[in-house]
Amino acid sequence: MDLSTLLNTPQLLTVSDLYHSFAAYTITGLALGAIYALVALGYTMVYGVLQLINFAHSEVFMYGTFAMAWVVTYFHGTASSGQSLGSTLGLLGVCLVAAMITSALVALLVERVAYRPLIRRGSPKLVILISAIGASFSLAEVMGLRDRIAGWFGLDGKLSNYVSQARNVYSSPITINPHKVFELGGYGVTDVDLTVIFAALLMMVALDVFVNRSRLGRGIRAVAQDPEAAALMGVNSTRVIRTTFLIGGIMAGVAATLYMIRIGSTRNDAGFIIGIKAFTAAVMGGIGNLRGALVGGLFLGVMENWGSAVFGTQWKDVFTFVLLVVILLIRPTGILGESLGKARA
Amino acid sequence: MGIKPNLRVAAVFAVAGLALTACGSNNSSSTATGGSSGAPCGNYKIGYLGATTGPYGALGQNMVGGIKLALDTYNKAHSDCKVSVQVFDSQGDPTKATPLATQIVQDSSIVALVGPGFSGESLATGKTFAAAGLPVISPSATNVTITQQGWTTWHRVIGNDSAQGAADAQYIQNTAKASKTYVIDDGSDYGKGLATYVKQGLGSGVIGTDTVQTGQTDFSATVTKVTGSGADAVFYGGYYAEAGLLVKQLRQAGYKGLFMSGDGSEDPHFVSTAGAQAADGAILSAPAGPAPASFNAKYKAVNHSDSGLYSTQAYDATNIILAGLDAGKTSHSDLNSFIGSYTGTGVSGPISFDSKGDIKTSTIYAYKVTGGKLDVNNPTPIQ
Amino acid sequence: MSGTVPASARASRRGRPLQIPLPAFLRSRQTRLVMIVVGLVLAYALPIIRPPFLTTTDSDFGGVMVGAASYALVAVGLNIVIGYAGLLDLGYVGFYATGAYTTGVLTSQHAHWPFFLALPVAIAVTMVSGVLLGGPAIRVRGDYLAIVTLGFGEIISIAARNSSWLGAAAGIKDIPPPPSIGPNPIIQADAGLFQIPHLTWNGLVPSVDNLHKTPFLTFGVIDAIPYYWLILTVIVLVLVADMLIKDSRVGRAWEATREDEDAAELMGVPTFRYKLLAFALGAAIGGLAGSMLAAGQGGFISPDSFLLPLSMLFVASVLIGGAGNRWGALLGGVLVAYLPERFRGLSDWRLLIFGLSLMLIVTFRPQGLVPPRRTKRALRVQAEIEELEGEGVDV
Repeated sequence: MDLSTLLNTPQLLTVSDLYHSFAAYTITGLALGAIYALVALGYTMVYGVLQLINFAHSEVFMYGTFAMAWVVTYFHGTASSGQSLGSTLGLLGVCLVAAMITSALVALLVERVAYRPLIRRGSPKLVILISAIGASFSLAEVMGLRDRIAGWFGLDGKLSNYVSQARNVYSSPITINPHKVFELGGYGVTDVDLTVIFAALLMMVALDVFVNRSRLGRGIRAVAQDPEAAALMGVNSTRVIRTTFLIGGIMAGVAATLYMIRIGSTRNDAGFIIGIKAFTAAVMGGIGNLRGALVGGLFLGVMENWGSAVFGTQWKDVFTFVLLVVILLIRPTGILGESLGKARA
Repeated sequence: MGIKPNLRVAAVFAVAGLALTACGSNNSSSTATGGSSGAPCGNYKIGYLGATTGPYGALGQNMVGGIKLALDTYNKAHSDCKVSVQVFDSQGDPTKATPLATQIVQDSSIVALVGPGFSGESLATGKTFAAAGLPVISPSATNVTITQQGWTTWHRVIGNDSAQGAADAQYIQNTAKASKTYVIDDGSDYGKGLATYVKQGLGSGVIGTDTVQTGQTDFSATVTKVTGSGADAVFYGGYYAEAGLLVKQLRQAGYKGLFMSGDGSEDPHFVSTAGAQAADGAILSAPAGPAPASFNAKYKAVNHSDSGLYSTQAYDATNIILAGLDAGKTSHSDLNSFIGSYTGTGVSGPISFDSKGDIKTSTIYAYKVTGGKLDVNNPTPIQ
Repeated sequence: MSGTVPASARASRRGRPLQIPLPAFLRSRQTRLVMIVVGLVLAYALPIIRPPFLTTTDSDFGGVMVGAASYALVAVGLNIVIGYAGLLDLGYVGFYATGAYTTGVLTSQHAHWPFFLALPVAIAVTMVSGVLLGGPAIRVRGDYLAIVTLGFGEIISIAARNSSWLGAAAGIKDIPPPPSIGPNPIIQADAGLFQIPHLTWNGLVPSVDNLHKTPFLTFGVIDAIPYYWLILTVIVLVLVADMLIKDSRVGRAWEATREDEDAAELMGVPTFRYKLLAFALGAAIGGLAGSMLAAGQGGFISPDSFLLPLSMLFVASVLIGGAGNRWGALLGGVLVAYLPERFRGLSDWRLLIFGLSLMLIVTFRPQGLVPPRRTKRALRVQAEIEELEGEGVDV
């Protein structure tokens, strides 16, 4: 039997597709990857400081997407309409703030409930991992039961635009229609593509400056490098950890807003896939390394699209995971190496 | 899986009326004799097996809503016989469904089952139901092979994928006159099955294919493939969540041709996910005629949310069982033969079963999205 | 680190007295043997006895016990990887699926082998896939293993969903059950050599339920209990093998590697090879469990049974129970599978409650419900150090 029947794919390799629409695959991949990168920051920061995989971070992102959609529903109502990015900037600004606050609060909640009690006791890492998985389950389920929870307070009728059919997809009523800004290699680059990519870059630069220049940032790096020495030097590690979660949450909130601008709908389990992708991106770039998260995210986004073009969309994740293994075998600490604590930040 | 979505309720009245008369007579007789338990009119349970949580939870809750509406109507009309539903949540996982099926067949108060929701759990549990003789009516499992297993108690009120796929191909070729169709599916049993039959029907009219993943939200690679291929029609086999996002991203990339999908996409959320503009002009086929406008209103009154994909099928399936109970068929074997020979019209269309348990005929209708809404009242029959 | 030597004796041999010595009567070999036999009989009879409160009311108790036993088996296997060798494997569901699909392909999809012929092949295939994945994966450092294995789990599930040779999303159906003993007519009432009636309870008063009987020994479609017995037997065999290995040179090598890889390497332990061995053995047991699942009551597998979150549940089983202790892993597996089924009455809320209880359990019992003895010792030592230093120290 030949391999293509085995894999159920008509033509196993369609490189010509990638060749002809190279710019389209690459630029949309970058936009996708920019969102991965912002979510990956949350994983990478927590990992850098605690050496823990924050499995609940996917839900931090998911709550941000809902915050964005709720704000739009609140100001606009449920009637579906398409608008341009420019005409909705004000509303999107409110959404951005709401999503950042929501995600940050959820991140702080996760830190307070799932991490701090265990860190205090010096529990083994794997145990904290389970606590984070528990938090992730719980947060996703709370969102999936929000209609019932609202029902406790008799609010399910009043809030039905926000809570009804809690397990179904929930969409922002305003669809952002992208507009072509310029053409590159046959692909019309849109304002949405540019916004997403540049917003991610901007946040990354801001964070980089914060971690490298500010006093709190120095504290983060100190704890990442050597928690005990940092404690001896008077760094309040609880505060540093809290800040780390807070920053991760804010970045996830930005990612959530950008995601909703691009995609427009979410669901109570929407965090899971993005979370895995972002975590993969963080590892690819070098976990614990902020710039690594950016590079890893963009790289992963582009590779997914190239993989889809060549092997078929159903195989893209297989392609990227194989790529991840290859990268780790060649560069065991990821593309840029791991270094939140090291001098390069 | 998939059949008719949205709202319809035409013949409910027929069934309800039938039920009323039947039970009415029971009522009077039992009152006359002193009203002991006896008689066909008693307290029974109908089981529902399917996902109500997990990734497919929303579909399962649509079905439970349909069942509850049917039971609510029935119980209001029958003051002394109460039929209730017991929900067995499989989360769509065949492994979890197996012990639930065993529990269902060992519970003698369950007279029949609405479900299983999906093809996988149907294949994993059909043997158990057949061995126990429990009548089963699935609102949504469409895999062609289920009814080829020789399970005498298994029925479905939804057409399998082959008829719809052939009709959809007809529509694309003859009505829409598209010559270059890009066929996409979601890799699910339902989506892949439907897409395969569409591809068969189109033959050389297929210009390219791709398979996306359920839960995927960014379709930029697939969109690039479609726009790069010069396709004038896209067929998508899968569910509304992905279909809505796919058509939205296609339109945003400047795709102007026909977008068509099957009954899995015929849910109000298709339009809300895609946005009114992008969804406009999309054709969604379904093996069910238009539902009466009152269905959704009644559904909402009972369930406090809109009806959705598979609500009507679940409603119809429940009403068939209720009609059987009213006819005094309370044993598994009586009820099973009642269902086998049942002929009637549900909100999703005329229903009767062939010897294998498949629904006999179903006309495939094309529903169009116009003016930001799925026009559920004026579908075009295909052919 | 249990075994037949009395615990106190073993502890003193190592020069560290246990604080709670076992009562004298438990130290006698015969008593222990009797207790083990009684425990085993109870375990086998559990779904027949159907004890009040323990018996699930919203799902078939026998079927739930099958699920619990499967998870327990998986947890015992994963415990070798996580608990003994200290490797975090987040893609264990991949091995579970590999075992199930190998069995499905050999007994139904592409051939019609009998189950007991397909079983060893499934184990072997899974073991080989464990070596193939473990080879490169173990070379990547520490936490990276988690994401690489996670990817493996995802790859297996995508491959199963998209490869028509494996049945694609429609799965593989009609997988034959293990061979039955005695007649196996379609009407289950007269199946098997003899039939065992269940008990039914009115409050705390048992009586014999002649309506529900389990045939001995028919692997049919109505009764899950024979499948439970089969898996339980497999668990017993696996546990015996687990004890033998853990108390051997291999077990000590794992422990040394987990605690300090460099030191172990310096002492001449080929740590890579031992880690790979743990990975492969763990994989093989996962494949064994998958194979039992395929030939189970439903006789059907599809990609929907092997979704990624399952891996997280498996890891949670091991850690809740107490990584490194086979009895802990066993208990953890049983609880993770059993509790959501027992509390089905909570319907939609049960997953939320499950998530919350995961957090609660690890917050209040971070070492797991049944931690290995050396963890308890380590915790005591840590407490002493903390007392001396007045501050927490990472262990």
